[in-house]
Formats: sequence, C-alpha cells, structure tokens
Amino acid sequence: MERRTLLAVHLPFAAGQTDKPKVVGPRANYFPNVVLQTHENQSLKFYDDLVQGKIVVINFMYAECKGIGTPVTANLVKVQKALGERVGKDIFLYSITLDPEHDTPKVLKHYAGMHSIKSGWTLLTGKRADIETLRRKLGFVDSDPKVDRDRSRHIGMLRFGNEALDRWAMCPSLSAPDQIVKSILWMENPKPVPSQS
Amino acid sequence: MSRKRKDAAGMNRRELLKTGLLTSGLTLLTSKKSFAAIEPITSQAPQPTPFVEELPISPVAEPTTAFADPPPNPSSHQRYTEFLPQKFYDLNIREALHSFHPELPPQPIWGYNGITPGPTFHSRYGEPALVRFRNNLPANHVGYGIPSIITHLHNGHTASESDGFPGDYYETGQFKDHHYPNYYAGGDEREALSTLWYHDHRMDFTSQNVYRGLAGFYLLFDEKDSGDETDPNPAAFRLPSGQFDVPLIFQDMLFDANGLQFYDQFNNNDGLLGDRYLVNGKIQPFMRVASRKYRLRLLNGSMSRFYEFFLSNGQSFIQIANDGNLLPAPIARQSIRLAPAERADVIVDFSSIVGRRSSVFLQNRLEQTSGRGPTGRILSPGTPLMRFDVDSRPMRDPSRIPDTLRELPPITTAGVTQRSWTFQRNRNGNWTVNGQIFNVTRTDAQPGQGTAEIWRLQNGFGWSHPVHIHMEEVRILTRNGQPPPAHEQGRKDVVVLSPGETVEVFLRFRDFYGKYPMHCHNIVHEDHAMMVRWEIAAPPSIS
Repeated sequence: MERRTLLAVHLPFAAGQTDKPKVVGPRANYFPNVVLQTHENQSLKFYDDLVQGKIVVINFMYAECKGIGTPVTANLVKVQKALGERVGKDIFLYSITLDPEHDTPKVLKHYAGMHSIKSGWTLLTGKRADIETLRRKLGFVDSDPKVDRDRSRHIGMLRFGNEALDRWAMCPSLSAPDQIVKSILWMENPKPVPSQS
Repeated sequence: MSRKRKDAAGMNRRELLKTGLLTSGLTLLTSKKSFAAIEPITSQAPQPTPFVEELPISPVAEPTTAFADPPPNPSSHQRYTEFLPQKFYDLNIREALHSFHPELPPQPIWGYNGITPGPTFHSRYGEPALVRFRNNLPANHVGYGIPSIITHLHNGHTASESDGFPGDYYETGQFKDHHYPNYYAGGDEREALSTLWYHDHRMDFTSQNVYRGLAGFYLLFDEKDSGDETDPNPAAFRLPSGQFDVPLIFQDMLFDANGLQFYDQFNNNDGLLGDRYLVNGKIQPFMRVASRKYRLRLLNGSMSRFYEFFLSNGQSFIQIANDGNLLPAPIARQSIRLAPAERADVIVDFSSIVGRRSSVFLQNRLEQTSGRGPTGRILSPGTPLMRFDVDSRPMRDPSRIPDTLRELPPITTAGVTQRSWTFQRNRNGNWTVNGQIFNVTRTDAQPGQGTAEIWRLQNGFGWSHPVHIHMEEVRILTRNGQPPPAHEQGRKDVVVLSPGETVEVFLRFRDFYGKYPMHCHNIVHEDHAMMVRWEIAAPPSIS
C-alpha cells in the first residue's frame, strides 16, 4: 500500500494529460491508493484515478449474490439513466466486488452486460486485502464482528461523496431512484438563486 | 494518547486550502494497520485542563423591527393573521471563529448569528413571533457539514411550513421565515411548553450541521411560568429566574491532533461519540453560583451520547419539567438520565453547600462505549462535566418550588385509532420503520386534524433509539406494558426505546396541518434515514 503525504505531488496517471504536478485533494491521506481492475480489464489506482476531485457513488456487490444484489443493481441502473450524460463525465459510479477471487474482470464484464450497465459505471475487483481496507475506509462496516464477516450485510448501503469538497453521505441502496439521484446532486454546491420568503 | 484508526485527513482542509500550506503532521494519522470490526475513535489533541474557563450563557435573542425587505408573505403561513407576529427576529446563520477551550485553537464553527450555542429566545405565550433564518454559510465549504439548512424548533407547536421539516432545506443566500404562534396546543394552558431548543434539521446532514454548532435554546413563558421569581401575581410559580435560570446544553466532541473539531464521515453507522465534554460550547467549564436555588435547564444536545447526571455531593435534583414541560408536581431525583434531545428542568439548591469556597461537580456517570446506546452501567465517579463554585455568603432567595406545577390535560383513549411503528435495522444494514426505507416524499400516516391516536413504538434489538415526534407532545401510556415511571408521566416529545422495548403513546393532532417527521434523535441514525414522514390531513374546508 502506498503511503502518501499531504506534501506529495505526483505525476498524473494517464498518458496524454498535462504533466504539471497536481495538488492532492482533501482525502489523499485517507484513502489507500490501491490498484483495482475494472470490468474492462484496466488497472486503476483507487484514489488517484477513481476518487480524487470527483463526485463518486460507490457500493459493494458480488456477482453470485442471492439476496438484494440484483434489485440493488437494477435500482442503480435507474439512477444511472436518470443522471444521464453526467455519469462518466463528472459523476462516477463504482461497484466493488466483495468476492474478488470469483469476480474477475471477465465475470464482472459479463455481469455488467447482463444488467445493462452503461459506460461511466465501473465494476471493480482487486486483491482481497485491498478491498477489505476499502470497505472499512468507506464505512461499510458493522460493529458486530459476526455480522461484519457476512458479506451479504454490506450491500444495502450506497456511499456517495464529492472528494473536492470532502462531503460524504450514505443512503440505502434500495431507496427510490429519484431520491438517490437527489442525494447525489447534494454533493455539488447549487447555483446561487434569488432569495424568497 | 491513542493513535488508533483515527483519520484526520480533511480536517483542517479549509485551512490548507486557504493558506496553501500543507503540514506533514497529519501523515502520522494515516494508520495502515488492520482493525477489529470498529475501534473507538479518540481525540488526538491532549485532554484540555478542566475547569479553567467560566461557563458562558448565550445572549438573549433581540427582536428587530418588522421585516421590510422583503416583507413577510402572510399567504405562506397557516393562521398568520390570527396569530399576527408581534416580535420579529432576524438570525444570520454563518461561519465564525469559536474557542472550545483556551488550550485549543480558535476554529470555525457554524452558528446562529455566528455563535454556538445560538442566542436564547425568550418568548411568551400570546406573543406570536416571526423568525427569519438567513443562510449565510460559506457556499464553497469544504469538509463535513453542508451549507444548506432548515431550522426545527423542537418541539414548537407550529404549522408544518414552520416546523423545519428535513426536506424543506434551502441554500446559501436564501432565507426562510418561520412563524412561531406561541399558542397552547388546543388553546389549553395545560399544554404549555417551556424549554425548547432550535437546531438544524437538514435531511441527511443534521448531525454534521448540529455538530458544527447549529443549536440554541428557545424558552417559553406564560402567566404561571412567568420568568419572574418576584412576580406578585398569585398564579405565578416564582421559579428561580433571570440569572438564576440557566440553560445548559451538553455535547460531546472529538478533536484532532491540531486541536480542531473532528467528525468521522465514514465510520458512523452506529452513531458518533466524543471524548471531550462541552457545556454551552466550552469544554468542562466552571460556574460561580450563589448560595440559593437555581433552575438548571439540562439539554442533551449530543449526537449519540446518553447521559446520567449526578451531583458529586450526593445531593438530589428537584425535577420540575421533562422535555421542557412542567410536571404536575416536582420530583426529587438522585440522578437524571437524558437521551439525545431530551431535556430536564431541575432545581438545585446550592445553599445546602457550606464552606467558604465549596465546589460541587455535575457528573455524567452513564457508561456508553458505542453509538448503539448506553450499557446501563453506572460508573464511579464518571466524568465531571462542569464545576459549580458556590459563594457561601447568605443570599436572599425569593424563588419558590411550588408543591404543584402544571396540571396534566385529561386524555380520552377509548375508541381512538391505533398504529404500530417498528424500528429496526434490517439485514442489509438499513434502518427501517415498519420494514420500509424512508422516502421523504412518501406519507406513511395521515391522521385527521383534531383527532387523537395511540401509537405503539416498538424497538428491535441491538440499538437504543430516542424517538422524536414533531408537532404535539405525547403522553406515555405504557412502557413494556407497565405504567411509566413518575418522571415520564408528563408530556414528552422524545420517547426513549431501549433494545427490545415497546412504548405506547397518546397524541393529538390539533390546530395546524401538513407534513411532519418522526425520527430517531440519535441524529446519526436519523441521517441514515431512520425517519418517517406523516401528515395531518388538511381540514375539509381547505382540501
């Protein structure tokens, strides 16, 4: 795991970007910069590439889930549709598998296709230890160790935030899709409007 | 000092962004160790020296002239002309610097008029008020808290549009006028409220915004509870008043290595506890008191912590009000337990403390190790929250503790509608009420205006939930099938459900209509959608 400091500047990850060093964001020191694999078989760093400076919506899933996994994904498909073109542009959806041994990029790609997941919503897998760290850092954790060990207990919530503003919240992942969309849009500051009584 | 799993990134982010200076000290806080399911978070700043600063008392809110720019809009309020505002208040919600303790750096807080706790309202029944809450929070705020607000007067008998419904939030640069009719529910003097508080209620961000400082007292007086201990009116209670009537808000907080307030935005599903104890915005202050009776208005303004208050000299409290509602008669109590948002008005007579410079501590002796709720264990000696330094010189004390206080209004339970509400965490980690996830646009009950109902509040297991029902006080009929203890036999607006408990309450729906919430007042639970929207149906003449 890479240790970062607030003083750190680093080279941008993707080729073709400006080579000016960028200033790190509010949660640079909080999130581990672990490498994850996308369902398109790309390797991306969690903080640098997926979170920094972005509005993100994150849940945990696993392809073999027999419980609410499928309804949750179906719900988020509606959320993605409602958010429209912003997904992949300035709002990013991430689903991280809790079953990384089974859920290879290939399995996740199949899952994405089967559930009509569109571009801008990325399914992620990686090393189990890294995923466990992320799960805890993102607050998908139960104080009862027995409950915490049961992966089916971590798929009912949705984390969303805006790293640039260091604003984070959670809601049930089976909330009404229009309500989830509204909550995600709270992560950006609204345009000023005239006052009313 | 523990350096467990504490993350401090983002905490002094505002400062970093403003100055462009990035300190390296925070890197020490990035723990990469594995953890148990959840380890308690502790403050990183050293424990400040207790009892070095005097207890502050927030200033009384000053009315202003009638609003002219723009004038109030009567059509946006129910019964506006009937309860025509006589007092106008203009509150500016803004960021300002605050000192929690001289050993900690002054730091930004959010306050009504820039102070925390906010100004204390002194209102009177029969004097309707209009309060303009202006949101002037920084629009580009970075860190926990959202610069979007809605103010709830807990537990004002107000119309829905002035209630502070969590979905009625508004943004920086906007304001909202709240109409407080200061009218007894049903016009019945026995429904008088006395110790209320106002706080932010922004949907999903209540705990963050209140923790940032958005809370204050709202006191209501009338002919009997007149706020004048020398009142010649024979009907007046003559309770300790003026400087001897002291509102005290208790809050717990965490501070990072830089001595700045810390809120964990990530690992808070059970609730959040602090390990520094504040009274009226100061860590463990002291208060000089005279050798006489005081009315202390205790308010638990914490997010998730329950308290059980004791006096260190073993003296009893004389409890006169529960949740701000004067009881039928005073009750002597060795200790007072308060869940988040609960209030207790108590009389403490310091004249019994002798010696030239005698001190007595107000202690919290209730053990609580997680946001789930208290363990129930009473610690000895517990934590001293504040110190009273008693000036033992004899002092004239014209105040009284009457044998009887506010009579309870009669209730008729026969034939009323009954509803059950079951509060649980489901196996997916969601709070549910009657198995349903909260939706701010969905109405789950719609009693008719002027009716009464019995609500059966049932808790699951594993967590304590102080359930708050907006709009009218409830009466607890039974707690686990038994009559409630004496101090819970009055009117209440917070009903504590310990794990596995069932409490039946009677409540009425009078005078106004519209949407109101019922929610858990462990405000971190509330922010995780532990809430229900219900409505009082509009009378036929309106609908």
